Amino acid sequence: MDEEQLDLSGEEEEITADVVLKTIQTSWQNERLSPEILPHRNDMVECMLGQIQHMERNINKLPKTDLRTSIHKMELSRIKYIICNYLKTRLEKIEQNCIIIINDEKQRIESGTNYLTPLEYRYAQEHLLNIEHHLKQTILNQVPGNMQVFEINKMSTVPNLQSHVFLKANETVHGIVLEDHFGDQDEEIDLEEGSQHILQYKFIADLVKNGKVQLI
Amino acid sequence: MFGEKVIELLKESERNRETLDQYNDEKIRQIIEEMHVLFKLNMNDANATTENKSLWTTVQVRHSALERNKRCLLAYLYNRMNKIKILRWEFGSVLPPDIRELLSDAEYDWFSKYSTNLATYMRSLGQDIGYNGIDLTENLRPPKSLNIEVLCLVDYGKLELEDGDVIMLKKNSTHFLPTSECQTLIRQGILKQIT
Repeated sequence: MDEEQLDLSGEEEEITADVVLKTIQTSWQNERLSPEILPHRNDMVECMLGQIQHMERNINKLPKTDLRTSIHKMELSRIKYIICNYLKTRLEKIEQNCIIIINDEKQRIESGTNYLTPLEYRYAQEHLLNIEHHLKQTILNQVPGNMQVFEINKMSTVPNLQSHVFLKANETVHGIVLEDHFGDQDEEIDLEEGSQHILQYKFIADLVKNGKVQLI
Repeated sequence: MFGEKVIELLKESERNRETLDQYNDEKIRQIIEEMHVLFKLNMNDANATTENKSLWTTVQVRHSALERNKRCLLAYLYNRMNKIKILRWEFGSVLPPDIRELLSDAEYDWFSKYSTNLATYMRSLGQDIGYNGIDLTENLRPPKSLNIEVLCLVDYGKLELEDGDVIMLKKNSTHFLPTSECQTLIRQGILKQIT
């Protein structure tokens, strides 16, 4: 990605476009590696999409045989892949844990800290309705009387927040408390800037969300 | 024994983890029938337990068999739903007839709904900035090279490329095409990658 050449796209935008791409790459990486869904970066995605459009228009102005055309096109298809895969990974998580995500999201919308984009939220709700409809139609409506309820709590799957992740600290963070599983010996650690660790996801979830560490 | 059929059903789908097999309508009907029988027996005995406490255990055992059957049936369906989802990503909104046959009518219904929901989502992507949607199913694999050589397996007809060129896809002809534009055709079995 180093040969990223946005010089086609205008003068001042050069630096920002690069930053945007880096942010998207990091969010993509975090999203792929974290067990739970993370706050969306729709602003960045839209910005990048606009940028792509712009670059595509510029590439089309170049003659087909120009070497730059194929280099830029390759670069663009890489960026597109990242965006598509990022969005797809989020959809997969939404589908898998849709019950719990919708429940959490309802509270988050009230406090204005929503993780999903409005589109994703609508998608999640629709998905849950579809599942419910299908199960009811095929099985639940045929089974005897009091077995017909769709027990939403028994159906929900929860992401495993205890799973271990590899991470790198972007800045120095002091005093992360690692609770002992058996409850008696909590441990406190500091993360040095640039250092790498393997920790349980739930202890550093907030740090991932505010960008102090990144998953690798 | 109670719940034996449902285990057979789950084992069947456990054996084919990767692939989707025929929807087992007959067995599901039998399981639901078993549930109705158990339920009726329970209703009768539950009314009698006020006099005869010894029936209580029987009722309990039957009840857990009922719960178990329900749970396993739902698991069977849920598992299939996940497989059907993958089909949508691989084949697009139209299923090949041989795969369509493996699905029950209700499942096909579910497939269409899933497909519509996904399509709505993808169409609305980036609408604020003048895009008319992004097809997420197009870029499933990381791009390796811009163009690939493909062999055409059927007489497909004309294909218009993004840059406006029109090419004729005839059986056994080879072409050098942009990767992004032939992914869908490769998955549909019209083209085959030969490089």
